Amino acid sequence: MKYLTFAAGLLSATAALADTPELTVYTYDSFISDWGPGPAVEAAFEEVCGCDLKFVGAGDGAALLARIRLEGARSEADVVLGLDTNLIQAARDTGLFAPHAVTATYDLPVDWADADFVPYDWGYFAFVHDRGLEAPADFRALADSDLKIVIQDPRSSTPGLGLLMWVKSAYGDDAPAIWDGLADNIVTVTKGWSEAYGLFLEGEADMVLSYTTSPAYHLIAEEDGSKTAARFDEGHYMQVEVAGKLAASDQPELADKFLQFMVSDAVQSVLPTTNWMYPAVTPEAGLPQGFETLIAPDKALLLAPDEAAALRDPALAEWLTALSR
Amino acid sequence: MADRAQPLSAGPGIGAALCVAVLILGALAAVALRAEAGTGLGPADWQAVRFTLLQAALSAAISVALAVPVARALARRRFAGRGALITLLGAPFILPVIVAVLGLLTVFGRAGWVSQALGLFGLEPLRIYGMHGVVLAHVFFNLPLATRLILQGWQEIPSERFRLAAHLGAGPGAIWRLLERPMLARTVLAALAVVFAICLTSFAVALTLGGGPRATTVELAIYQAFRFDFDLGRAALLACIQIALTVLAAGLALRAAPGGGFGAGLDRPLRRWDAQSSLLRAQDGAAITLAALFLLLPLAAIAVNGLAGVASLPGSVFRAAGTSVAIAAASTATLLLLAVPMAASIAMARHGGWIELAGLLGLAVSPLVIGTGLFIVVHPFADPFALALPVTALVNAISALPFALRILVPRARAVIGDFGRLGVSLDMGGLPFLRLVLLPRMRPQIGFAAGLAAALSMGDLGVIALFADPEVATLPLQIYRLMGAYRMEAAAGASLLLLALSMLAFWMFDRGGRWHAEG
Repeated sequence: MKYLTFAAGLLSATAALADTPELTVYTYDSFISDWGPGPAVEAAFEEVCGCDLKFVGAGDGAALLARIRLEGARSEADVVLGLDTNLIQAARDTGLFAPHAVTATYDLPVDWADADFVPYDWGYFAFVHDRGLEAPADFRALADSDLKIVIQDPRSSTPGLGLLMWVKSAYGDDAPAIWDGLADNIVTVTKGWSEAYGLFLEGEADMVLSYTTSPAYHLIAEEDGSKTAARFDEGHYMQVEVAGKLAASDQPELADKFLQFMVSDAVQSVLPTTNWMYPAVTPEAGLPQGFETLIAPDKALLLAPDEAAALRDPALAEWLTALSR
Repeated sequence: MADRAQPLSAGPGIGAALCVAVLILGALAAVALRAEAGTGLGPADWQAVRFTLLQAALSAAISVALAVPVARALARRRFAGRGALITLLGAPFILPVIVAVLGLLTVFGRAGWVSQALGLFGLEPLRIYGMHGVVLAHVFFNLPLATRLILQGWQEIPSERFRLAAHLGAGPGAIWRLLERPMLARTVLAALAVVFAICLTSFAVALTLGGGPRATTVELAIYQAFRFDFDLGRAALLACIQIALTVLAAGLALRAAPGGGFGAGLDRPLRRWDAQSSLLRAQDGAAITLAALFLLLPLAAIAVNGLAGVASLPGSVFRAAGTSVAIAAASTATLLLLAVPMAASIAMARHGGWIELAGLLGLAVSPLVIGTGLFIVVHPFADPFALALPVTALVNAISALPFALRILVPRARAVIGDFGRLGVSLDMGGLPFLRLVLLPRMRPQIGFAAGLAAALSMGDLGVIALFADPEVATLPLQIYRLMGAYRMEAAAGASLLLLALSMLAFWMFDRGGRWHAEG
C-alpha cells in the first residue's frame, strides 16, 4: 500500500511538472554565462510566460548551427539564439527553421525583413586601439602603416569571418590586394575572439579586430576610457545576431512568444551592458550612458544572407592565398 | 613451445584495451556514417598534413634532445628544492592552451619581458611568431614531460648497479656507456613518440604562434570541416590521417626492443659516486638552471597576471573549480582501472604493441571528432547534457592513457621480468602477486601517472565544451567564459586558481608514490 501511495505521489508530481511547459533555447556559450544576458533574460521571461526557460550553451554561432544540423529534426531545441547574418543562409538551407510571427520596428542601420530570423542585437566590426594611437582611416592606410594588428581565423571564429566579409564588401575584386598589403601588419591570427583580445591587452599588437562597442565595456564596467575604435571611411561591416524558431518545436506558440520577448524592452535594455552590442530596438530609456562616446561609422556594410553565403568560399581562398605566402 | 608461465592473467588488460579502441573507433565511425556527401581531401588539407608532420617532428626532436641533459642532471644531483622543481616542471603540460600561450607571450612576446630587456640595450624586440614560435611553445609544453619520462628511466636503473659501477671504479664515461646509454635508447624513442603524438593534434598553439594560416594543422582543418563546411566525412577522413600518423610514429618507436637488465635491485636509496668533477657539476647546474628559467618564467607571468584577479573571483568560479576537482578524481580512478591492467598485459604479452597502440588512440584522435562521435551515439538514447560530466571524465581518462602507459609499462616489464618467475615458482599468481609484488614496486609510477591524469583532466577543456550546460561548467570552461565576457582580469585570476589546483593534485599523487624520497 505504501508503495502505491508513493507511486501515486510520483505520478501526480510528474503531472504537475508537465503542466509547466518547458522552452529549450540553444545559444552560444557567452550568452548564458553569469556575465552575459542569459540569467536576466531567463528571470524576466519566466515571470511572464508561466513556463520553464532552459538555456543550453554550445560554443559560438557556428558551433551552434553545427549542433542543430547534427541533431536534425530530433533536436530538443525550440529556439536557436545567436546565429549571425553569415550563417543565416546555411541555417535556412537545412529546412529545420520555421517562419516567425514577430512584429517590431527595428532600429538597425539597414532595412530588415526576414521571414525566418529575428534580429535581437547588432554591432559594427572595428579595430580597437588605445586612445593615444594615430589610427588609420581605412584599410589602405592600415596596410601602408607599420601598425601591428591581431585578427581571428575566419575558419574558426565569427569575427574572423566578419572581417573577411568586410574587406570583400568594401573592396570586391580588389580584396586580394588589400590582404596582400595587410599581410605584414598582421602579427598573428588566433582561433577565437578571446585569444585575440587577450593578446591585444597584453600589448602584442597596436589594434585588434573586435567591435565598435568594445570600448564601452572598458568605460562602463571598468571606468577605463583609454580604449577606442578606429573609424574607417569605407564603412564598417555589421554583425546582426538573430534568433529563429525550429520547425520541429513542440512549443511553437511559446517559441514565438519568446522571440517577441527578445525584441521587447525587458530584454533590449539589458543587452547593451551584458552582451556589449547595440539593441535591435532602442529601449525607451535610450542607450546606457557611455555609448554616446562610441564612434559612429558613416556607412554600414552588410551583405544579404545569400550573397554572403556565395562569397564566403572565394573570399576565404583569397585570404588563405594572401596570408600563406 | 607453450607460452611462458606468467604470474598474472593478461585478460583484464586486453579487455581494457578493447574497450578503449571500441570507444574511439566507434566515435570516429559514428561521425563518418553520419556524413552526407562531401568533398574529399584537397591540396590545402595535404598542406596541413605536411605542416603538422614537420612541426610535430621538430617539436618532438628538440623537446627530447633538451630533456636528456636536464634529466641527467636531475638524476645525478640532489639539492634543496629538487622535489618542488620536479613538481613545478609538470605545470606547463597541464595548463589550458589559452592560459599557457598568454603566459608564454608575457615573457617571449613582442611586448614581453625578454623584448623589454632587449629594448634596454637598444635591441629589436623578439620575433616570436613563425615556425620557431610554434616549436618554442611545444617545447615549453613538452620538455617537462620528456624530462620526467627520461628521468624515470634513470631512476629505474637499480641503485645497486651504480654501487657496483662505483666499486669497479667506473667513471662518468663508463657509466654512460654501460648503464645510461642502453637505458636512453629505450626511453628516448618512447618519449619522442609521445611528444610527437601530442603535437599532432595541436591547433590553437600552432596557429597563434605560427603567425597565421601558414601554420594550419590537421586539427584546424578538422575544425574547418566541422563548423565551416559541416563536412563530417572530411572531418572523419582527417581524423583517420591523425591516427595513421600516430600509428606510424608509435610503430617506429615501440619497435625499439625492450632491452632487459641483469638482475633485480633491492630498492636501496640511490647514491651516485660518479660525476663529482667540478666541470660536470657546472654542466648539470647550467642545464637545470636554464630549463627552470625557461619553464618557470611563463608560470611566474601567469601568477603575476592572476594575483590581482584572485581576490575578486566570482562564486561561480569556485563552483566550477569544485566540478573540475570531481571530474579529475573520477577521471583519475578510471585511468588507473584502465592503465594498470593494460600495462601488466603489455609487460607480459609478446604482442603488447597492439595494446599500447590502443592506448595511444585517445591522444591521436581529435577531441572534436571524439566528442562529436560520442554525441551522435548518445543523442538517440539519452540527453547528452545529462551525461556531460561522466563523458568528460571518461574522455579525459582516455586522453591521459598514453602517458600513463609510457610511465607504467617499463616498470611493469622490469618487475614482471625480475620477479615473475619467482612468483610463479612460489605458486603466487593473481591477486597476491599483484598486491605483494607488482603494485608496491610500481607505486612511484602509479603515483606519477595518477598525478598527471588528475592535473591533465583539471586543465582540459576537451569535450565539455560540446556538452556544456549553463549550470555545470568546469574551471577551464569558466575561464573561457570570463574571457568571452571581456573579464580578462578575473580570467587571469581563475587561471592562477586552476594552476594551483592542478599542481596540488599532481603533487599529492606524485608525492604519495615518490620513490627516491630524499629531497
